[in-house]
Amino acid sequence: MTPEKPKAQDVVLRLDNITKRFGALTANDAISLTLHRGEVIALLGENGAGKTTLMNILFGQYTADEGTVEAFGKPLPPGNPRAALAAGLGMVHQHFTLADNLTALENIQLGTVSLWRAGLGRSAARAKLARLATDFGLSVDPDALVGTLTVGERQRVEILKALYRDARIMILDEPTAVLTPQESDALFETLRRAVATGLSVIFISHKLHEVMALSSRVLVLRHGRLVGEVATRDTNRHALAALMVGAEVTPPSVAPATPGPALLSLRDVSTRDMGAAPGLKSINLALRAGQITGLAGVSGNGQSALFDLISGLNAPQSGQMELPDHPANWSPRAAVAAGIARIPEDRHKTGTIADFSLTENAILETYAQVPFSRKGLMDWRAAEAHTRHLIATNDVRCPGPSAPIRQLSGGNMQKLILGRVLEAAPKIILANQPVRGLDIGAITYVHGRLLAARNAGAAVLLISEDLDEIMGLSDVIHVISEGRLSPEFTRGQLTAAELGLWMAGQGFTHAA
Amino acid sequence: MRLEPISNPSLARRLGFPAIALIATVIIASLLAALAGANPLLTLGLIVKGAAGSKFALLETLNRATPLIFTGLAIAVAFRAKLWNIGAEAQLYAGAIVTVILGTSALSAMGGAALPLIALGAMVAGALILLGPVMLKTRFGVDEVVTTLLFNFIMLLLVSYLLEGPMKDPMGMGWPKSAPLEKALRLPRIATGLRLHWGFGLALISAMLVWFVQVRTTLGYEMRAVGLNPQAARFAGIPVNRVLVKTALLSGGLAALAGFSEVAGLKGHLSLDLSPGFGYTGIIVAMLALLHPLGVVITAIFVAGIFVGADSMSRAAGVPTYIADMLLATALLLMVLAIGLTRFRVVRG
Repeated sequence: MTPEKPKAQDVVLRLDNITKRFGALTANDAISLTLHRGEVIALLGENGAGKTTLMNILFGQYTADEGTVEAFGKPLPPGNPRAALAAGLGMVHQHFTLADNLTALENIQLGTVSLWRAGLGRSAARAKLARLATDFGLSVDPDALVGTLTVGERQRVEILKALYRDARIMILDEPTAVLTPQESDALFETLRRAVATGLSVIFISHKLHEVMALSSRVLVLRHGRLVGEVATRDTNRHALAALMVGAEVTPPSVAPATPGPALLSLRDVSTRDMGAAPGLKSINLALRAGQITGLAGVSGNGQSALFDLISGLNAPQSGQMELPDHPANWSPRAAVAAGIARIPEDRHKTGTIADFSLTENAILETYAQVPFSRKGLMDWRAAEAHTRHLIATNDVRCPGPSAPIRQLSGGNMQKLILGRVLEAAPKIILANQPVRGLDIGAITYVHGRLLAARNAGAAVLLISEDLDEIMGLSDVIHVISEGRLSPEFTRGQLTAAELGLWMAGQGFTHAA
Repeated sequence: MRLEPISNPSLARRLGFPAIALIATVIIASLLAALAGANPLLTLGLIVKGAAGSKFALLETLNRATPLIFTGLAIAVAFRAKLWNIGAEAQLYAGAIVTVILGTSALSAMGGAALPLIALGAMVAGALILLGPVMLKTRFGVDEVVTTLLFNFIMLLLVSYLLEGPMKDPMGMGWPKSAPLEKALRLPRIATGLRLHWGFGLALISAMLVWFVQVRTTLGYEMRAVGLNPQAARFAGIPVNRVLVKTALLSGGLAALAGFSEVAGLKGHLSLDLSPGFGYTGIIVAMLALLHPLGVVITAIFVAGIFVGADSMSRAAGVPTYIADMLLATALLLMVLAIGLTRFRVVRG
């Protein structure tokens, strides 16, 4: 990083007064920023703050309503991704854009070779790739199929892809969301090297410690507006968090738990692999009354298999699931009947039906019961009264019970789901990424409800990729990796770094 | 150019685009008529006159609309649950075959009292025809578009075999048609002297029942949930496969009623030209009605009117009746486009 003050002629990218509106929503409100040669700036903001929109404008996927973009002193034509690439911009998306059935080298070459050229120029490409790999410390087997690579390796391919196209400005969108802490450190090392060679980086994140570790300048977005721009050395995590959410944040205070008996136990349970996602590998787990069990792990390591199992979508292939009054046929409806409240990871695709009204969504799990259904006929008046009750008790901001649920923000949607599943005071609560994509107000609400339920004696399983969330809320913690479950750790027993090692798959050979 | 979804389309937008589609259809039809060497305005006028210009024409249109209401409802019910039943034609013929078998059996001794039983038998046959493809879908994930479509050809060949063999009318002078139903087993006319039979009344009642099922019953709620988002429906505990099977039974039964009503109400016997593609036209009817059961009644009458009107226009103006097919195809394409435009906005860049 550059300790000296960057000079004006070093400006590689200038955004001037960018404004973008989607209907009534102003996603970007007169945002200006400059990026200098060899500089890392962090774009910090909650989900929905406008970070991704801004980058999509930069890359020509969207056209700004107002404002201009200038790269290396020349204006960038709006709405033209090709021009952005040609100007030396490279982007590493949060969700990788790689073809699994091609090799790393082929992926990197994809789109760079003219359709009309006879050969692929593979040996030249290979040489260039090898040089980049050594320069930046990004080792990847060029002939490995991308489908066989780990998540961390795939990200390296993405970065190499941008470097291969001679990107001089690199934009990384939440690059650590899918990495273990150790992989993240390796990524930061690579980026530091790249910056030393004159590359400029825009780093998008909402993880404060990463922003502090990597950037030289931090720009904070909130509700589409640039609310702060500070030099990293002049600030701290607490001040950034306050800027980001607009208020001082207080972490939830968690009183020690008084755990009761196990309400649900898994004994040597295995499930089938689902495509690339591993199934469970002979796991043992006990969910006790009055306790939050946190499940940490990198995404795609068996969390879905565990969630699907307990929520009734799948049955164990071997081993036993024990719960009081275990129904004969395990199904989603049986799980609901057994008193399991289920908060799915994807509230848009799994938790709700977008085109259904709030009322129709509120009774999704209980529609077949009295009073909503009698003798095969629906009682919509009873359903609507129930929905009004849920709206009022859960503070769901909405136009009314008959509005389609897709009009609601993520937070209000989640509040309705919480109301739906927690109304009957369930004994077991299964929460998969319950606060992903929510604003701080909704996060506080969701966490408060989970803690209240735990204090009232419910057994809670909290699945999350966010270690801070896991470590802040859980009474006991398990780590899941490739379908294997770590032993149970008590709150505060392990540091984040130690949990990170478990997340990376270390320790399992001794424990399992 | 990109499409941006509109979360709350205005009323003007929701009515304006379909209206433009209708106007554009008329313009294109006029061009086609001009191409055939006729006066466009005269041609369109003759179509309207032929469809609704007299009591006789109007009743003819309603008669023609009757099977289309049934097949349209069958498609609307199935498509609402995202069950792509392209086989209404096969289910129609299954209903027709059973109607003839029962209507020429010992049951005919019961007279008109046997009609409900025959209708029920026809519905069961149509339902069973669709059950196979749906079981293949829910058990093995076989695409029902392919299986239901292929069933149409199997069924036509079966009818052809039956009419040349076991069901051939001994008094038919060699024509491939079945023996006729007893007079007592014909659906009565709605009023004496009118050519309109009670099949039309049955179709209207069916449309209202389907509408009631969709909005008021638990099954209707399940069917809509499964159609809109099977993943969320399954997660919530809705038995998705069982709902699909029930949907199939209802859809197949409705399509079979078209066969029942054509045989018992109009033709009196089974023949290979019983349905000039009512099963396929039902798809157009259902799509134009946006899958709404009461809308199906209106679009079925509209579509039937175009066919009947084009027939009569063709005799008077010398424009081929194929203009009806082209008109409908144009109307459907433009309407699908219009519906898309009510929900999406085209933006540049």
